[in-house]
Amino acid sequence: MGKKLKKLKRYVPLYLMFLPGALYLLINNYVPIAGLVVAFKQYNVRKGIWGSDWNGLANFKFLFATPDAWVITRNTLLYNAAFIIINLVLGIAFAIFICDTLNNKLKKVYQSAILFPYLMSAVILGYIVFAFLSQSSGIVNKTILPALGIDPINWYSEPKYWPFILVFVNTWKGVGYGCLIYISSINGIDPTLYEAAELDGATKWQQIKNITLPSLVPTIITLTLMNVGRIFYSDFGLFYQVPRNSGMLFSTTNVIDTYVYRGLMEQSNVGMSAAAGFYQSIVGFILVLAANAIVRKVSKENALF
Amino acid sequence: MREKKFSKFQILANVVMILWTILIILPFILLFMSSITDENTLVANGYSFLPKKFSLAAYSYLIKSGAKIVKAYGISIAVTLVGTLLNVTLSALMAYPLSLKNLPGKTFMNFFVFFTMLFNGGIVPSYLLWTSLGVKDTFFAQLLPNFLVSAWNVMMIRTYFTTSIPDSLYEAAEIDGASQLKIFTSVVIPLGKPILVTMGTFAGLTYWNDWTNGLYYLVKNQDMYNVQNLLNRMVSNIQYLASSSNSNVSSAASAIPSTAIQMAIAFVAILPIMLIFPFFQKYYSKGLTLGGVKG
Repeated sequence: MGKKLKKLKRYVPLYLMFLPGALYLLINNYVPIAGLVVAFKQYNVRKGIWGSDWNGLANFKFLFATPDAWVITRNTLLYNAAFIIINLVLGIAFAIFICDTLNNKLKKVYQSAILFPYLMSAVILGYIVFAFLSQSSGIVNKTILPALGIDPINWYSEPKYWPFILVFVNTWKGVGYGCLIYISSINGIDPTLYEAAELDGATKWQQIKNITLPSLVPTIITLTLMNVGRIFYSDFGLFYQVPRNSGMLFSTTNVIDTYVYRGLMEQSNVGMSAAAGFYQSIVGFILVLAANAIVRKVSKENALF
Repeated sequence: MREKKFSKFQILANVVMILWTILIILPFILLFMSSITDENTLVANGYSFLPKKFSLAAYSYLIKSGAKIVKAYGISIAVTLVGTLLNVTLSALMAYPLSLKNLPGKTFMNFFVFFTMLFNGGIVPSYLLWTSLGVKDTFFAQLLPNFLVSAWNVMMIRTYFTTSIPDSLYEAAEIDGASQLKIFTSVVIPLGKPILVTMGTFAGLTYWNDWTNGLYYLVKNQDMYNVQNLLNRMVSNIQYLASSSNSNVSSAASAIPSTAIQMAIAFVAILPIMLIFPFFQKYYSKGLTLGGVKG
């Protein structure tokens, strides 16, 4: 007993080191999970989360009776699907291109350039896009379209253009992330495979098809499934800042995250906002678990857990 | 043989990548050019890569009378420094016990950290909680919610400690009678430097770029605005003007800086990232690829 106590005492400093971070996670992450119950309550500021009265499924009934529930779900899923596919295809293409420049200086330039926009805040991204698309002074309406003989377009009030704009902006900003990961996978491929293929007279395309792509499969599967697991979450900054919160664009720019934000902060509709957040948390959690289960089946060492 | 090395494919690869690189650089040039364009030229001709008339008025305004902007810049710097330091310290302190082999309760502790990556309560309960804790309209609004400790950072640091610090070093230190805190500061921290710097770049960038905490928690007190909040505020002010037809907006209109000044602030917000990018790129890319292949 004394020995055990002594051993435990040895560990006490270690637990104390763990404690501050754990307390933070408890407050920042665990208490809000418990706070999800607010979705089943008639929230009242004075009574708080725990003291407010229960109202069953009323918030959900209200949410799913609006057309918004469908629109935000559709937008979230379709945008994420487009992002996943484009970032996958372009990310791999750019990675292959960058690895094949044969000039290390250029390689460095490309790698830096492709990563740089990824470091910009969404606010800055919004400003950059505005410099192009502003109704009255954007370079597109003022210089490019007139040169082509096309009338100016009211970009910030025409929803139909936004799927293309947002997909393009997301690619511009985000393709570097996957690309760098694919580059590090390509760097890990045994170079003698390519030498042997070249001796056999294989064309570049044959080498890509038979050596590069098959070697990338585990990385592709892992990255893609992890993204699919997060398909119910979207980049709040992209969808809030880039369309400049313009109400006329909501049919094609509103996603679950922006909807929850507006419900909470702009309309003070805590109940409905909480219901949408709850819906996202639960479906999102199920999707993460499902994606991970599939990764485990395909390549166990790449699974999250 | 040597000439054959520049194949058609390589030419294609370089052409595509050069075009993409230009596509990435051009918007930043446009942003910068707009910030040094004369305001009247901007109004008449719009944003342009080659403005007809240059002016440094926006920057001299920032230096002379931009007290608000200077203050926001100070907040950005302070929050980034304090936030990064706290984030890395707390994460390393958590990661060290988790990296040890025989710590009782480790499985539970690991799960406690890891689970936060899988499931979260979302912004509504989080907002209600932090609001009830009184962070609203204080400096802590920028610092505390969301970013102080992330499970991902802790896990990355833990893996690095486990794989890169040999057990024999711990054993030697314990034989010397070193306390755990001593081992942490004199063995773990020096040997773990690469990963701590890497995770520091992530935390620093997160704090520098964050505008969401200000959006949620700085409602009445704009004194605590960072640069991103200030830029965001200008957008909403303009929208307010655009959507409002009443006549007393003229006073609000005068409060909005000219377009060139907005672009100048945006450029000044990017500048620190540009300047330190060459130094932290190596670490940042390393972190991305480590985390991407194995989370």
